[in-house]
Amino acid sequence: MTERREITLTINGTAHKVTVEPRRTLADVIRDDCGQTGTHIGCEHGVCGACTVLVDNEPVRSCLMFAVQAEGRSIRTVEGLQQGEQLHPMQEAFMRHHALQCGFCTPGFLMLAVGALEKRPDLNDEELVDILSSNLCRCTGYENIIKAVRAAAADMKARA
Amino acid sequence: MTVKPTSWIGASVERLEDKPLVTGRGRFAGDVSFPHQLHMRMVRSSYAHGRLKAIDVTEARAVPGVVAVWTADDIADLPPIDFREGPNEKLAPFRQSVLAKDVVRYAGEPVAAVFATDPYVAEDAAELVTMDVDELDAVIDASLPASEFAAGLTTEPTICRQGYGDIAAAFKGAAAIVEMDLSVGRHSGVPLETRGAIGRYDAARDVLELHGAAKVPHKNRESLARMFGRSTAGVHLYEGHVGGGFGVRGEIYPEDVLVLVAAMRLGRPVKWLEDRREHMIAANHSRQQRHCIRAAVDAEGRLIGIDDDFFHDQGAYIRTHGTRVADTACGILPGPYRLPHYRVNAHFRLTNKTPAATYRSPGRYETNFVRERLMDAIARKLGLSRIEVRRRNLISPDEMPYERPLVALGDEVVLDSGDYEGLLNKALERCQWDRLEREVAERRKAGEYVGLGLAMYVEKSGLGPTDGARVNVHTNGEVEVITGGASVGQGFETVIAQVCAETLGVDYKRVRVIHGRTDRIEYGIGAHATRATVMTANATAVAAGKVRVKALDMAAQLLQTDAGQLTIVNGSVMRTDGAGASIDLGDLAHHLRPVSPTRGERDPGLAAEGWFTTAHMTYPYGVQIALVRIDPSTGGVDIEKMLIAFDVGRSINPMLVRGQLVGGFVQGLGGALFEEFQYDERGQPLSVTFADYLMPTAHEVPEVDILVTEDAPSSCNPLGIKGAGEGGVAAVGAVIASAVDDALGGKGLITQIPITPQAVKAMIDGQRK
Amino acid sequence: MKPASFSYHVPTSVDEAVALLAELGPQDGRILAGGQSLVPTMAFRMARPTHLIDINGIAELARLTAGGGIVTVGACVRHAAFDSGTLPGATGALLRKVVQNIAHYPIRTRGTFCGSVANADPASEWCCVMAALDGVAVLRSQRGTRRVPAAEFYQGVMATALDEDELLVAAELPMLADDTRTGFVEFSRRKGDFAIAMALVAYRLEGGVIVEPRVAIGGAEPHARRIAEAEDVLSGQAPGAAAFVAAAEAASAAVDPMEDINNTAAYRRGLVRTLTQRALESAE
Repeated sequence: MTERREITLTINGTAHKVTVEPRRTLADVIRDDCGQTGTHIGCEHGVCGACTVLVDNEPVRSCLMFAVQAEGRSIRTVEGLQQGEQLHPMQEAFMRHHALQCGFCTPGFLMLAVGALEKRPDLNDEELVDILSSNLCRCTGYENIIKAVRAAAADMKARA
Repeated sequence: MTVKPTSWIGASVERLEDKPLVTGRGRFAGDVSFPHQLHMRMVRSSYAHGRLKAIDVTEARAVPGVVAVWTADDIADLPPIDFREGPNEKLAPFRQSVLAKDVVRYAGEPVAAVFATDPYVAEDAAELVTMDVDELDAVIDASLPASEFAAGLTTEPTICRQGYGDIAAAFKGAAAIVEMDLSVGRHSGVPLETRGAIGRYDAARDVLELHGAAKVPHKNRESLARMFGRSTAGVHLYEGHVGGGFGVRGEIYPEDVLVLVAAMRLGRPVKWLEDRREHMIAANHSRQQRHCIRAAVDAEGRLIGIDDDFFHDQGAYIRTHGTRVADTACGILPGPYRLPHYRVNAHFRLTNKTPAATYRSPGRYETNFVRERLMDAIARKLGLSRIEVRRRNLISPDEMPYERPLVALGDEVVLDSGDYEGLLNKALERCQWDRLEREVAERRKAGEYVGLGLAMYVEKSGLGPTDGARVNVHTNGEVEVITGGASVGQGFETVIAQVCAETLGVDYKRVRVIHGRTDRIEYGIGAHATRATVMTANATAVAAGKVRVKALDMAAQLLQTDAGQLTIVNGSVMRTDGAGASIDLGDLAHHLRPVSPTRGERDPGLAAEGWFTTAHMTYPYGVQIALVRIDPSTGGVDIEKMLIAFDVGRSINPMLVRGQLVGGFVQGLGGALFEEFQYDERGQPLSVTFADYLMPTAHEVPEVDILVTEDAPSSCNPLGIKGAGEGGVAAVGAVIASAVDDALGGKGLITQIPITPQAVKAMIDGQRK
Repeated sequence: MKPASFSYHVPTSVDEAVALLAELGPQDGRILAGGQSLVPTMAFRMARPTHLIDINGIAELARLTAGGGIVTVGACVRHAAFDSGTLPGATGALLRKVVQNIAHYPIRTRGTFCGSVANADPASEWCCVMAALDGVAVLRSQRGTRRVPAAEFYQGVMATALDEDELLVAAELPMLADDTRTGFVEFSRRKGDFAIAMALVAYRLEGGVIVEPRVAIGGAEPHARRIAEAEDVLSGQAPGAAAFVAAAEAASAAVDPMEDINNTAAYRRGLVRTLTQRALESAE
């Protein structure tokens, strides 16, 4: 039983036509079939959040979605955050505040924070921590991630 | 006007590593692929202990897309995985074979490997491999009497013994004796990136390549070359980005060996990515020990002797580290205190669990907990304050360097420098300890369960003996530092670039740092035991210093000035008074090309190699203080205040030092309150998902006050550096235990970590009765 | 941790979905809604459905409506739908309180109320809501529609009255009177984890005393349920420490808690007491 489907995934505005088994997760297809390896896979059971991408601008765990479910939806990944050479305020803030060490969880945190703040730019501190507790980081102890996201929230509002 | 070069050492500059990582352009093991590659999937034992009578791979082999399925018989010529530090006859029979043969000894042990064209297909096929196993009783408790490992061998391969003085006399002459039974749970590094290995054999060059390497690529190259009977020149390891190391990643595991052998025998690159469930049962565990410890003290609370028998739960096999964690525990247990008599026996025990090895601050996280629990108990017994009992025992600055007839990591323990009481005073002042004590007393009167905890500790870093680096200035002025260090995400590139930039007089952003590549440099120490910054940075400083001398010499000729009047500012050589012409380092490199007529008798290239050698490790030290509140109804523990005071000798990048300390603290907090690899009585692992193995999230983390001091620069190296990588984690189990115990009335109830709400609740209920 | 193979079906109507379920249910076909519980179990290959029927494309199932005294939650309504202030009255306020405790933000944007109800994890907050409010599971199959009250729907740990050819098309929650006070408290080692125990309470005041009390406990037993013993204690009492402590004690005595490696029955029983009391104290 190796049924395969031809689907088109739109990642950061670019259409990728791929033929996949229905069982392939969105995370695997983004990485292996579409070559966008910035999205990382940390647990494959929806807990760590390293694979967080935006689907129709909502942060989702791409390991808990099948690629066939994402056809016709807009997918945004870490590769799409910067505009040309201009980094996204969230990326800049992560660098400035030392919000990453090994960097493996970073794409997931960036997409989570960007997705949340685009929807609700006025998140208070408590809400922010609640949202950031969705993802795991094993290096930073979160302190600088929280600082960076707070700073980026202000930058995003200023640039909006 | 005197020109002044920019100072890079001590500056909190942004990291060189970050840009590719925030833009999704990193290259982690999973991102490495080669054309025509195969995917490997392990078949693992589902039994904790059993006789492996037969394995049937027929069905798996028949799955379309499967190229091969191997069992132990297919690799019978491969020896077990050896110890990193070389052969050890006594421990050899307890090493892990690449694939299990005859007996399986932990749930998760590799018994077969499937090679297929697609990872999904490989997993499908792996499920079809069947095993005929006669289940045997599983050993779960390392402190029960040893049993049989194999014919003629027990589950106690060795007892590590250290000590000095006359322990019997110490106890005979004691004013008081304090005895405790203390346990540390089983937890581990659990990096966010699981392990990964890609093997490739390049027949054109006759080179075997391992991609996805980490931690100790050079050491591993030697081990692998020995294992395959190849020259090290024909084996190369490549480290890309590493998604967290923490001691766990980068050791040689069965999977690393298999991808290489398969790449050679199957003639195709072979990629293996560990999945999370595998990681929880296959990658090294750590920490689990039970200490039965006694202290003899005089009437003033001064330690006379410590006598400790501990059981080290090594899991099923002895892996690459040998007995290192237990040895280190023995050597470091006395910590910052004077200890006239000492005896320790580490019962190194095998159980039917995932094998154990190092995890950030190995041997110290455990013994800091044990020793500091003991110090609290001594204070209680003698009616002294916890601060006072420590003050009376601390080694003083005028006793430095302080030699102890003990060994840690194969190195004689010589505490190089430190003002332990000075740091204690600073920490107490910083957190306003006296005020906190008063507040705690008042809140207790009002019925709250609040408590203060304190722990002191000595870390170790900079394991030698020697490391080298090459610094090479290119004709465009870019500087390349080629090191044998390794980056596990700690900011290695930035720190090395800062040291090179400072020495040479360039912008650190012009420095490119090479690490983890055995094809670029012959020797390397990698990144473990908090040694990269100490060893590699000092070697880099030596090499950069030589390049500087050469640059000034060349420039002196070109600028017709005495070299003594020249300096290097932002990559340009100029007169120290700023007068006259200047010349860029890139131009000097041009003048030093082999064919350059201006080069004269000088060796070609604006490059140099530098070596740094040290006799001993260097010992940073710290104080941790915590204020906790217990919810007496649920047993939940809330950390209200946390302070880490740590002396790093000299801070190259304070922002990164702080990052190391805070990040380490949170890992330590996991071990203190949340994380534990649990097993049932049959040895079945119960913590195989992130819903069962509880790592702290942003919610569980308190604000941490960090006090970094530079009071005691290391006497072991010219830069005065002590490592910061393990200082955050080392005493967290100790300090949280101390604080929770205090909140429960300071009776010594907390004897094990992690401290669970259920256990705390039971203690509170027990006291009420 | 790659799921086993399955065939993928995308019905566009409920009729089509139940027709597929009638055919594929007996062959281990499963409904895919939010997938936040099903997909992880597939990744561990603890679930290996041969067919997945993805109902996310069925527009009518995405509806969340309130009317005629009932909140109707369609099969594809996400947890996050309860986050916003759209649902009126005391029921809306309660659901907003509860949803904050469910997993984490990206899970809430995908996971569904009905998926959670059908999955029947003992620690599911929505199952506790269903029990507390006497919710009704609306089950559709080609055989017709069944409306099963929560007290009958839940049968054990992850066991429900749902037949293999039935689709849980909606959950119906009878709306609470506007002046109902509600409280919800749960306890877990980390926020967002499956709770070790939880308590949901609701009551009204008439003439200064408690009427229509509801006390439901989740996480402690194989499935959430109302605790009549605690409700009886509250009924007719003035709200306050005496009544709350007594009700909490009654709830604690009435439950028969599960045990696991980290939680004894006694510990869970103690939590039930604490959480019931706190839910009552925090009810507003």
